[in-house]
Amino acid sequence: MVIDSLIAVAALLLLAPAGIALARSPLGRPAIYGASLALSLGLTAIGIVSLLGTHDSAATLPLGLPWLGARVRIDALSAFFLIVVNAGAAATSLFAFGYGRHEEAPARVLPFYPAYLAGMNLVLLSADAFSFLVSWEFMSLASWALVIAHHHVRENLRAGYVYLLMAAFGTLALMFAFGLLAGTDGHYAFADMRAAPPSAAFAAVVLVLALIGAGSKAGLVPLHAWLPLAHPAAPSHVSALMSGVMTKVAIYGFIRIVFDLAGPPAWWWSMPVITAGAVTAAMGVLYALMQRDLKRVLAYSTIENIGIVFVALGLALAFKANAMPFAAALAMTAALLHVLNHSLFKSLLFCGAGAVLSATGERDLEKLGGLIHRMPQTAFVFLVGCVAISALPPLNGFVSEWLTFQAILVSPQLASWGLNLMIPAAGALLALSAALAAACFVRVYGTVFLGRPRSEAARHAHEVERVSVVAMGLLAAACLLLGILPGFAIDALTPVTQLVAGGRMPVQAAEAWLSIVPIAESRSSYNGLLVFVFMAASGMIAAFTIHRLASNRIRRSAIWDCGFPDASPLTQYSADGFAQPIRRVFGTVVFGARERGEMPPPGSTEPARFSATVRDPIWDALYAPLAGLVAATTQTLNILQFLTIRRYLSLVFAALVLLLLVLAAWP
Amino acid sequence: MALIHDLVFQGAQMLLVLALAPLLTGFVRKVKARLLRRRGPPLIQPYRDLARLLRKDVVLADNASWLFRVVPYLVFAAVWVAASLVPTFRTGLLFSWTADLIALIALLGSARFFLALAGMDAGTGFGGIGASREVMIASLAEPAMMMIVFAIALIAGSTQLSTMAAFMNSPEVGLRVSLGLGLIALVIVAIAENARIPVDNPATHLELTMVHEAMVLEYSGRHLALIELGAFLKLLLYVSLIACLFAPWGLAPATGGAEHIAIGVVAYAAKLAACGFLLALFETAIAKMRVFRVPQFLGAALMLALLATLLRFVSRSF
Amino acid sequence: MHGLAFDMAHMLAGSLVVVSFLELYQDRLLALINVYAVHALVLTLSVAWQAFVQDAPHLYVTALIALAFKAVAIPIGLRRIVVRLGIHREIDNVVGVGLAILAGIGLVALSMVVMLRVTAEADPLAREDLAFALSVVLLGLLMMVTRRNAVSQVIGFMSLENGLVLAATGAKGMPLVVEISVAFSVLIAFIVIGIFLFRIRERFDTVDVQALDRFRGERQ
Repeated sequence: MVIDSLIAVAALLLLAPAGIALARSPLGRPAIYGASLALSLGLTAIGIVSLLGTHDSAATLPLGLPWLGARVRIDALSAFFLIVVNAGAAATSLFAFGYGRHEEAPARVLPFYPAYLAGMNLVLLSADAFSFLVSWEFMSLASWALVIAHHHVRENLRAGYVYLLMAAFGTLALMFAFGLLAGTDGHYAFADMRAAPPSAAFAAVVLVLALIGAGSKAGLVPLHAWLPLAHPAAPSHVSALMSGVMTKVAIYGFIRIVFDLAGPPAWWWSMPVITAGAVTAAMGVLYALMQRDLKRVLAYSTIENIGIVFVALGLALAFKANAMPFAAALAMTAALLHVLNHSLFKSLLFCGAGAVLSATGERDLEKLGGLIHRMPQTAFVFLVGCVAISALPPLNGFVSEWLTFQAILVSPQLASWGLNLMIPAAGALLALSAALAAACFVRVYGTVFLGRPRSEAARHAHEVERVSVVAMGLLAAACLLLGILPGFAIDALTPVTQLVAGGRMPVQAAEAWLSIVPIAESRSSYNGLLVFVFMAASGMIAAFTIHRLASNRIRRSAIWDCGFPDASPLTQYSADGFAQPIRRVFGTVVFGARERGEMPPPGSTEPARFSATVRDPIWDALYAPLAGLVAATTQTLNILQFLTIRRYLSLVFAALVLLLLVLAAWP
Repeated sequence: MALIHDLVFQGAQMLLVLALAPLLTGFVRKVKARLLRRRGPPLIQPYRDLARLLRKDVVLADNASWLFRVVPYLVFAAVWVAASLVPTFRTGLLFSWTADLIALIALLGSARFFLALAGMDAGTGFGGIGASREVMIASLAEPAMMMIVFAIALIAGSTQLSTMAAFMNSPEVGLRVSLGLGLIALVIVAIAENARIPVDNPATHLELTMVHEAMVLEYSGRHLALIELGAFLKLLLYVSLIACLFAPWGLAPATGGAEHIAIGVVAYAAKLAACGFLLALFETAIAKMRVFRVPQFLGAALMLALLATLLRFVSRSF
Repeated sequence: MHGLAFDMAHMLAGSLVVVSFLELYQDRLLALINVYAVHALVLTLSVAWQAFVQDAPHLYVTALIALAFKAVAIPIGLRRIVVRLGIHREIDNVVGVGLAILAGIGLVALSMVVMLRVTAEADPLAREDLAFALSVVLLGLLMMVTRRNAVSQVIGFMSLENGLVLAATGAKGMPLVVEISVAFSVLIAFIVIGIFLFRIRERFDTVDVQALDRFRGERQ
């Protein structure tokens, strides 16, 4: 199995130079994306077979460090993440078949796309620290190249710069984490790390470093600043991969380090994880509500969902530390299911955003509108994505949210005071972010697809290529299937929870009518299939009865609008206006949101002006001072450039004397 | 045999809620009118309104999409399914295991999601105002409701409504502080979700401070009838929820005989009447709040519910 | 699980905490005075219940004092003073209502943690009552700290004192509760009067009633 996956990855790597060669020709796009699609489907199949077959396979390649080799391994955890990553990659490759036609710099995108896919898969396959870090950096570099693909736009260059900085910082943290795990003997292979877990103090440091390193790649607040800059800058199918799939690779890194390699968890480990997750979820969705750029809204929404995953992971950690394996399995299943669900609907939403961008050329919410008439199929699948991400039954987002809440309801059995105070607060923040996410996506869908067009570009939009719509449709169908039949997914996850959480949930496939019962039926259960069937049946009975017995006539007329004559489309609600109540309620505290109106004096013909400002508190509190500090330090150190020869020689002399002194004083 | 029995009762429950919902609203309107020294419309006026609306043509705006036409059916379906799963006169509903209380709240949430989208579809300022205010209110009411569910679920040991109702009816539950807090919070949330004074005014249709009515301004004919019926059902759902969780006396157990059922039905009717009367009294006694006082009001409900959950986490006897 | 005695005492102590939150939520002075009257009423009921359960008749006297002084006399007096002196009726907050209530919840959690840990071996009824009482004390202090208006600060202080009375009656066999209650109530009355005399003097430079009459504008 693992050799087959390595062959597929090698093929992806070979596609990169092929991309350079074929970029100009018309075969380039179908060849590269077609090959990526095939290889991703192959890797998904390998992942499914490994997960369901529950056998690990490992190998050692003669590359990398001479005394170590490059270890590769597929166990249950990597098999699951292989499925997540490659299913998303396959869908976006299919989407890019059609979307890539609108790419104006294919030579900058085609070579790096398969390299990016290869990098992500290599991270999942690595079984030693060296290959893990090399693949991680390779993945970051490939995606950086894709972020700055449209380099003539200035913001993209800045986004690439910030991305590179944060990626390097994250890799540094992970390097230290792996260094601590390897110990003074330098055992870099994961198998050796697993056999010799670090002491409690070192394990705590490893947790913090993993949280910083993997968290910055996943988008945890306050290390998220690069995500809303970089994800929108890349081409849309790449944004779908970055948001939907690369963040999941970061979560894989976190689970691998904290749940697998760092040894048995201490009782307090879950506290920073749950706090970070809950704050990230709430802040992410609040940020999303303040944005005007469609892709930036989706990027911030990714941050929110990552927060939800980390809350569930923190709960799993707490249960594992407290020797409650069933509850740990429940929380872990909730986390992993949300990972899968999010990758599906976020890829769908980003692909939809790409479709809107290619149809209208606009990303600004204030310039779109009425697209449901011009792009009906895209509108339908985008609606499915919005309903799924708002955690509404009977789609898949609700199932993982429901399982997380069930895990929270089991947590009073934890013995710690701090956790007993923190978990209800985290639950409240989670519920708040779910409600705000629904608000956010009503805003997005209502402004982009419903209403009347707000600009010429929106008025003249057209439907996108058939193959792109098919790709989005497949993702939407997957969302519906996972929502109706979640029991199968939960059963498929049992090898993973057994591996990392030490327990498993009860077998779901045996439940009556395919409902899911996490603990016991008298306690709680949910049946997505029956809810879907009931809703459909009630709706159709109502429609049928009313159309038969009452009336089914329709007349078209001008819009009522309380009797006002035909108003311009600009009188309808704008995206900023929609968010205004929420901005007033939450934004004044969190973002320092201020509204100001300037009225001209009476008699003047100048227009009144209204401005609403929000400030990013984390940028002001954390990044701006840090950047200032770095700038000040480099200014002071700049003197070292202009010393005389004598001064340079005295520096060398002083260093030599210092080292000799240290050597003399060493006991 | 038992399956047929249960199926009959589940079906009876579904029809009962559908039949009683307009009556409850008619009763509340009648009591409000009487309290204001008016005679008020007859009790069956909502039925007549629905019948009249169903027979009329639908007038659609030129730019209304297919979503606009589908939403009333979706909203009605979601609310009807939710209302059929709340125990009214008997616990042990056949399909109560398909959706627990969290799923019920999410079903109501999806009804609201689609209604807000329909408001935006019209492409006018009114729809936008209604939708944006509705989601602001929901952003606080839904977490408060979720926290209330947590608090009660931690006491009853389950999120399954039939189990919770049976537990509340048993002698094991005493007077609990978190239950008191939960009741106050649930009443506040119910008022906000059903668009009652002081959060929204269900009586007039055109003022700019309206929330629910502004969203459905463009609907007419059978679509409007379905949305109104959905609103009636939602009120009945919340009243039934409060009754089965906090006043569960008289609920027939799942294995009860004919006399238990009869008592259950009579008790349910009495609870509906009492809640309707109290609602009408409350609405008459208090004035509508400014829109930006509503978040403080709902924030208080959220805090009360959070306190209730916190107390349950901290000690078993709270 | 526990008997009616436990549940009732719990319910009343919890209601006292809820009424303290209600005090934090108010933004008008007269409404605040009314809520304080309810606060004192709930305290009366709680102390009376404790008297019934512990079979301690001297606590009935405490309850009666609470009713007469704190639920009736002091609110009526405060209301008269506010209306007569035309004190500014809106309460000025240092932090918003939402943040104050959030801080209040944090304080309740803190007092739960502290009390339930420190008194791990005691009788469960007394422990949880003490936890609630500490919450009321902390909430009263929070009110004093976050309000700029002198009357609301006084009411915060009196709610704090109600919390102390709750704690004292919850622990069995505390002597001199009656005497302490009377002393406290008299002290409060003097403080309230003192504050207002001070304010009058501040505003008009005198407490001479005839001089104040001149400022009323009726006599020329």
